[in-house]
Amino acid sequence: MRDLDITEQLQQQVQQAIVAKQPVKISGSGSKDFYGREPVGEVLDTSGHQGIINYEPKELVVTVRSGTRLADLNAVLAEKGQMLAFEPPAFGADATIGGTIACGFSGPRRAAAGSARDFVLGTRIINGKGEMLRFGGEVMKNVAGYDVSRLMAGAMGTLGLLLDISIKTIPQAFGEITLKRECTYQKAIERMNELAGIDLPVSATFFDGLTLYIRLSGAALAIEAGEKRIGGERTDNTIWDNVREQRHAFFSQDKALWRLSVPCDAEYFELPGKQCIEWGGALRWLVSDADPKEVRSVAERAGGSAILFRGGDRSGDVFHPLTEGLQTLHLNLKQSFDPDGIFNPGRMYGEF
Amino acid sequence: MNNQLLFKQLAEFLPAHSIIHEQEALRPYECDGLPAYRQLPLMAVLPDTIEQVQQVMRVCHEMQVPVVARGAATGLSGGALPLGDGVLLGLSKFNRILEINKQARTARVQPGVRNLAISEAAKKHGLYYAPDPSSQIACTIGGNVAENSGGVHCLKYGLTVHNVMEVKVVTPQGELITIGGAALDTPGFDLLALMNGSEGMLGIVVEALVKLLPVPTRAQVLMAAFDDVEKAADSVGTIIAEGIIPAGLEMMDSFAIQAAEDFVRAGYPVDAKAILLCELDGTNEEVSVQIRQVRELLKASGATEVRTARDEEERQLFWKGRKSAFPAVGRLSPDYYCMDGTVPRSRLGEVLTGISKLSQVYELPVANVFHAGDGNLHPLILYDANNPGELKRAEDFGAEILELSVKVGGTITGEHGVGHEKIHQMCVQFSEAELEQFRAVKKAFDPHLMLNPGKAIPQPRSCSEHKTISGHKH
Repeated sequence: MRDLDITEQLQQQVQQAIVAKQPVKISGSGSKDFYGREPVGEVLDTSGHQGIINYEPKELVVTVRSGTRLADLNAVLAEKGQMLAFEPPAFGADATIGGTIACGFSGPRRAAAGSARDFVLGTRIINGKGEMLRFGGEVMKNVAGYDVSRLMAGAMGTLGLLLDISIKTIPQAFGEITLKRECTYQKAIERMNELAGIDLPVSATFFDGLTLYIRLSGAALAIEAGEKRIGGERTDNTIWDNVREQRHAFFSQDKALWRLSVPCDAEYFELPGKQCIEWGGALRWLVSDADPKEVRSVAERAGGSAILFRGGDRSGDVFHPLTEGLQTLHLNLKQSFDPDGIFNPGRMYGEF
Repeated sequence: MNNQLLFKQLAEFLPAHSIIHEQEALRPYECDGLPAYRQLPLMAVLPDTIEQVQQVMRVCHEMQVPVVARGAATGLSGGALPLGDGVLLGLSKFNRILEINKQARTARVQPGVRNLAISEAAKKHGLYYAPDPSSQIACTIGGNVAENSGGVHCLKYGLTVHNVMEVKVVTPQGELITIGGAALDTPGFDLLALMNGSEGMLGIVVEALVKLLPVPTRAQVLMAAFDDVEKAADSVGTIIAEGIIPAGLEMMDSFAIQAAEDFVRAGYPVDAKAILLCELDGTNEEVSVQIRQVRELLKASGATEVRTARDEEERQLFWKGRKSAFPAVGRLSPDYYCMDGTVPRSRLGEVLTGISKLSQVYELPVANVFHAGDGNLHPLILYDANNPGELKRAEDFGAEILELSVKVGGTITGEHGVGHEKIHQMCVQFSEAELEQFRAVKKAFDPHLMLNPGKAIPQPRSCSEHKTISGHKH
């Protein structure tokens, strides 16, 4: 990992783009190119903006430049016995922390620990006027001004270019085991919800269609007590890396991959294709050639939404359509951060 | 502005007893939990349906009358301070818990439901609502969203923003929209993050869906005494560096210890320079392991005494002392002024030394109560408003503490909000371009600046004007 601050260069590039009215596609390593709608515009490369600006393990906070490789950041934290609580997927060896936050990606620990946005404490950004702005900070509690930092998480770079991000870190678990047991879909959903309602050190759940996997994290005695209560057979912890990075056999398909975010107690969906479950029931992956309209309406009826995660037609709707009231707010916010529509136009929704 | 016309229009859909306009009847609404600032509103309305809130907003929008929303008015920054030319929108009648979903571990509540009432209602399912601001007996969930309230357990369990899944919001134009949802991720920008802590400036929250957690099997508290404040602060870092995240970590200085002890007899060591309360919760096994570890770590950090609460009764007593610290200090002085800066914990010693020097300069005593786990400091400045000039001196003292917090890399407000009170210090923490971005966010939601205008975000040019008037000290 290099220690290089290219803020000035990035700011100049944004300012030039504004003058030329030339949209840019913000990109780190390009590992998330598959995600969102088809990118347009000239590449604005952030991968050179690298390094840890500040890391205080005792304060549980790290401030990192957006182009820093996720793998490098994870290694720095691991050295001090800490980690990113939201356990983000990388989807590529060179994935950057900037791209991870912009996409708002969280991994297996999300239901137990929280999401990427939950752990964002502060950001420094360049907005669509070419101004460098800082929001939030390095402290856990901060209610001065609107929470613009968290707004950046998951905004797909459409509101501004992320320069640095301050993230809350957590200690690594003292120990971790994985238990497995075969069951039906409905039983898996029930079991996941039942366990989440009891004080147990469950840190991740996954159901592949046949087998329910449960990860326990914590002190050795706590894990043992949890194991006794939950039951099942011990298995290898590597399953979680495979699920997170979508290397698990479930994901090797040539059909479209849908990601359904639904209430955790939603029942099994009658849709063509294969489904697996994560996040205590709240995340359903679907490999299917079903009509996108049908997938979205099924998710919506259950009180959730659907994203066309990989494959399919990436020039149409990829993210779940917004209600009219929300769409107005989105257009207004886009206007307020990026009045000339420079950043990642159309990457999230066709309208902006 | 035509008051009679406004009254007439509101009376078309609100019963007479829900519109308050006589001066004496309006008196209870003139301030929130920061009574140093008072202002009678033009009118107060107390709707009890979402449709009525929408109608109030439509009428006010039409007539361009600003609106300030109010929950239980326990806020400490004057966020619910009325406007003389505005309507005060009281949400106290929205006090019903609509649904508790045991299976999905959520509660759907109206905004006027008290924070603690949610946990009380969820208790029979073995669940509770985690954020626990000190005012939790009285404060409402709508106000909690507006302020992004914290509490003593937020190092481990997060703030309001981490525990609210969805809000139904009435826009300044009177439209009803839903932000967030019952799923973990919802489409589009994270507008829920913006709503939390927006101090009633982006929309009126009329319903909320909150997350419930299983009640920990066991909670145990340790009390450690120190002969030096910095040693106490350092011990917090030592515990966290060992990989332990306590549920609560609270610190009090000798002034606060003495005041609390005199008030509730919590059994605190009154000769200590600082005490630390460290609560550990979770499964029985996890807590047993951690209690032993933390006890050793505290001793190694130089604690002169470490006590584990003997039983639940003593645990409650230890906490009672901490939770009563504000009124306890209040007993010693006609008035007190509570500050809310957050600082990186490593800079705590420096900040406390700075506060103690300022205390001498301003000739006003100060007691320190501190959410040590997350760096949120609550210095209580003691003053007497009856002595000419003392309120002003207390305000100036407070302003300097906040500026010191920003200087060491912290913030002017950890959990109480900017409101009316800290509006000038926003100019210290943010650049003009940053403030302008905040104003643009406000306009995206509220183009005509109808909701709580003048709070939280300084208006254009007000920063330079303030600096000129106060002849800034630095």
